[in-house]
This record gives sequence, structure tokens and C-alpha cells, in this order.
Amino acid sequence: MQQAVALPATGPAKPKTHLGDTIFEFLARASGVLVLLLLGSLILSLFIGGLPAFRAFGAGFLFSAKWDPVHQIFGAGVSVYGTLLTSILALLLATPVAFGIAFFLTELAPSWLRRPIGTAVELLAAVPSIIYGMWGFFVIVPIMSQYVEPPLIDLFDGIPVLQDMFSGPPFGTGIFTAALILAVMVIPFIAATMRDVFETVPPVFKESAYGVGCTTWEVMRSIVLPHTRVSVVGGIMLGLGRALGETMAVTFVIGNANRISPSLFASGNTIASLVALEFPESPTGSLKLASLLALGFILFVISFIVLAISRTLLRPKLKA
Amino acid sequence: MSATTSPAGSIPGATKDMRVARALGSRRHRINTLIKVACIAATALGLLLLASILFTLLWRGVAGLSLSVFTNSTKSPGSNGGLLNAIVGSLIQTALGTVIGTPIGLMVGTYLAEYGRGSLLANAVRFVSDVLLSAPSILIGLFIYQLLVEPFGGFSGIAGCLALAVIVIPIVVRTTEDMLGLIPSTLREAVIGLGAPKWKMIVLICYRAAKEGIATGILLAVARIAGETAPLLFTSLGNLNWSVSLGQPMASLPVTIYQYAGSAFDDWVQLAWVGALLITFGVLAINISARVLLRRTK
Repeated sequence: MQQAVALPATGPAKPKTHLGDTIFEFLARASGVLVLLLLGSLILSLFIGGLPAFRAFGAGFLFSAKWDPVHQIFGAGVSVYGTLLTSILALLLATPVAFGIAFFLTELAPSWLRRPIGTAVELLAAVPSIIYGMWGFFVIVPIMSQYVEPPLIDLFDGIPVLQDMFSGPPFGTGIFTAALILAVMVIPFIAATMRDVFETVPPVFKESAYGVGCTTWEVMRSIVLPHTRVSVVGGIMLGLGRALGETMAVTFVIGNANRISPSLFASGNTIASLVALEFPESPTGSLKLASLLALGFILFVISFIVLAISRTLLRPKLKA
Repeated sequence: MSATTSPAGSIPGATKDMRVARALGSRRHRINTLIKVACIAATALGLLLLASILFTLLWRGVAGLSLSVFTNSTKSPGSNGGLLNAIVGSLIQTALGTVIGTPIGLMVGTYLAEYGRGSLLANAVRFVSDVLLSAPSILIGLFIYQLLVEPFGGFSGIAGCLALAVIVIPIVVRTTEDMLGLIPSTLREAVIGLGAPKWKMIVLICYRAAKEGIATGILLAVARIAGETAPLLFTSLGNLNWSVSLGQPMASLPVTIYQYAGSAFDDWVQLAWVGALLITFGVLAINISARVLLRRTK
């Protein structure tokens, strides 16, 4: 580019165009720096806002399970636990389904069917999270409390660890339902990423495998997956990043209780749902508000790490 | 090669191998079929979920659809309230958020694609923008709260617009950079060769060549922020009265849905469903038109 710019120098130099270039480049660069500043000030503002809470409770804030507004004692333990548990459960549920959809879209579906189904799956990602919350609350919760949770409780009754994991009154709301809704929400993200990386596999590799008599599944398992596994993990991490910070859908169905219970059917909360619910009752300058901002800071650190890993794994493959 | 042609004595072994091979083959094909069926089932499940959401919205939402929804503002339960203030508030905040965020995102994308290829700053900007793209939106709300609401004494529509603008930026950055990257460098060289300054090349040629792609990015950003709830809870807060002042708390559809869906009044819950119907089909319509636009360019 620079060489090309230098070429017209045979004629008289035009300061006016140089000025335009200088201004435009400055604007572009300044916008780039602005994005850096945005993220920097986001971190900083959450940290400064949360500082009173970190000062008051120290490192114990991260692990303390107490959330007692009356006595002004706050801890992040329960919500960090709920955030991690629901997100990881959601990924366990979502990954096989997302893989199935991606496999179907890249290898199995006839070509005329790929685009409409691909679009439908992407539309699932476009539905606002508050809609997932309402749908979860009014459709999934009744189904869970009537048809899913009672049989599961009966099924695992008497088996040492599992009976504790699946116990308690089947209200329909709780950790498990939240994980289920989160799974539905992240399926399209993981499926779309997996589809995109599966499509980066050179057709020659697959054709050779088919040529020696491999079945479709064997091609997927022995050729496509080994070739893309780093990016597949990146796609799953992207889903995890989305699940960690999901607010509205979780707030509707998790039951919102500040305790850790061994049962997956028990109510709990996540960082995001706790912040959304408690914020209206947190006056400016209070220790409670500082604690919520500190929770936001913790959530940011967790999702930043996850997203950074995801991006490092994904970028080389999808960005040639 | 002659070593592999089997002597007469090993013929029974060869037939045995055939049998084993056939059994193995049918097992491989059984596994293959099983997994194919599971994948089709997974896809069917995905489609079923989408259908279930849309059907629920239509079933619960259409019942409450009436003219008063669009002519009345939110009122106390039982007095025939509508969603007018929420709809207008959503339109204002989405539009302003897009108008503020798009130029910044466009310039950042331009910087990444045209100026900063390979530079350290560009890599950092690209990384940060990617992180912002997936960062929890509730944190963006908290950030704007800290930045604008607390120091300037109160929730306001403009704070909501700015929170949404922060969400718009990385979406526009991503599509702008990708679309500018698709333009062949011969086109750029031709323009520069004619003696045009670089900024004219970018604005008059590159933007024009990539305009459908860039428009797709903007539409996707609009679709995304139109349904955002969490960041608005801490910034524009919601307002049960009619207000279009940017300095005052401002209603929005998602926040109104959130407040109404959990309420104990039947007509409020009904209005929440109507709002959900409107926002979802609006968002999906924008999304589909963005895709149609992009397909036309490819």
C-alpha cells in the first residue's frame, strides 16, 4: 500500500489528500484505541465499584456462602457455585446435541436442506434471552415438575450419591431447569461454530477416507474430528462463555435461593441472576451494591478467561 | 506380491476372515446408522425447540393483540393498559444505540482491515473486540451504571442507548472487518494507481463494494440489542409512564416484559406475552432480512 501511495509523487504533491488521509487514519486508529479503553474501563469500573466489598470481606468473599443483607454480610460462594454448575451442566447437555446438528448439517443432510435448517438453528440463537426465560417459566417448568422430576427422583431413590443429587420437592424450577434452558440457548452457538470448522476440512481428506471404504461416522471420527478438535473445543468454550453470563433466562427459572444444596432440583442462583434481582434493592453507596459490583468483577474475570481461551483456539482455523 | 497369494492350506482361514470381515462390516454400518439416526434426532430436537417457542408465543400472544396495545401506555392492572411507551422507548433506544455504535464499529473494522494488518495494536484491538462480542451484557449494564448513572444522578434513556451502543460496536467491527477482507486487493491497487488518496479508496470503493455485508452486520446488531434486557435494567431502568425524554428513565419492551411476566395480574402477564410476541417476531424478521441481504452478495 505504501508503495502505491508513493507512486503519484511524480506530479506535484497534494497536501490536501495527505490531510484527508491523516485525519481518516487517525479516526480509525482512535476508534481502535477507544475499544481498548472501553474494555479497560469496564474492568476498572467493576473493580473500583467492588473495592469496598473486597476490603470488607477480603479473599474470603469469593468462597463465603453467606448473603445476609440484614447483617451486611455478603459472599460470592453460592452464586459462583451456581454459575459454574449450571454452565457446565448446560454444556454437558448441549454439546452432544450441537455436535449432532453440526454433523447432520455438514455430512448427512441433502444440500437443499442444509440452508433452511442451518438458518433455523441460527434463528434459535437470535431469540432474545428474556423470551427463553418466559418460555422456560411457563412451558418447561410445568413439564419438569409434572413429568420429569418426579420419575427421576423415584428412579434414583436409594442409590447413594444420585439420590441426593435428584431429591427434594419437584417445583420445576432450580439448578437443573436453569441448566436445561441454558443448554437450549447455547446449542445454536456451538452447532454453528462446529459446522463452520467442519467445513474447513479439505474435501480431499474426506474423499480419500470414503475411497478406502469408511462409513460417514468413521470419516467424522477419524478424519474430521482429529483435524478440527482444537476448534471444536474452542466452540464449546464459546458456548461456556455465553452460558456463564446469561441473565434473564436464568433469573426466571433458577428459583433464586442463596444456598448450596446437593440436589440439582433445588433452587439456587448465579452471579448474573443475583445481580439482576438484588440490584433494585441496593442503594447507591451501600456495601450491598459494592458486593454486587464485586460479583460482576468476578463474573468478568471468569468469562474473560473462558472467552480468551475460546478465541485462541478458534481464530487460527476460522480466520485464514 | 507372490508371498501374499495364499497357499492352498490357508483357504479355510481366508473364508473365516471373510466371515469376520462381514460381521465387522455390518457392525460398522450398524454403528453408522445408529449415529446417523441420533444426529437426525438432535436436529429434529433443535427444530422442535424453535417451533415450540414460536408456537407458545403465537398461542399466548395473539390472544392479547388488540389496537389498545399500540395506542395506550402501560397502566395499573385492570385499566386496559397498552405497551405504547415501551414500544416507543425500545425504538428510540435501539435506534440511538445503533446510530452511536455503528460509526465507531465501522471505523474500528476499517482500521483492522485497512491500516493495522499484522500490527500489535490491531491484534490487541481484534482480541478485545472479540471478547466484548461475547461478554455478558449484564456487565455492560453495570459498567454504564458506574460510568453514567451514578455520577450523574439517575437512570436515563441516554444511558440505556450508550449501553446498547457498546454492544453494537463489536458486532459491526466483526462484520466490517470480514467484509472488507473479502475485497480483492487488485481493486484497491487499481484505485490507488489512479492517484486517489487512501481514504477515498476506502470510503468510495471499499465501503461501496462491501455495503451489503456491512449492512448485514448493522442489522444483526439491531436484532441483538432490540431484545437486550439485562443492560437496560441498570441504565434506562424502565418507566411506567409515557416519556420520551432521554434524561429520564425510559421504558422498553424487554424490561416491561420482565416486570409484567412475573406479576400476579392476569392482564399484565397477557401484555407481557404480547410484548414477547412483538419483540421476537421483530427480531427474527430483521435477522432473516439480514441473511437475505448477505445471500444476495454471495
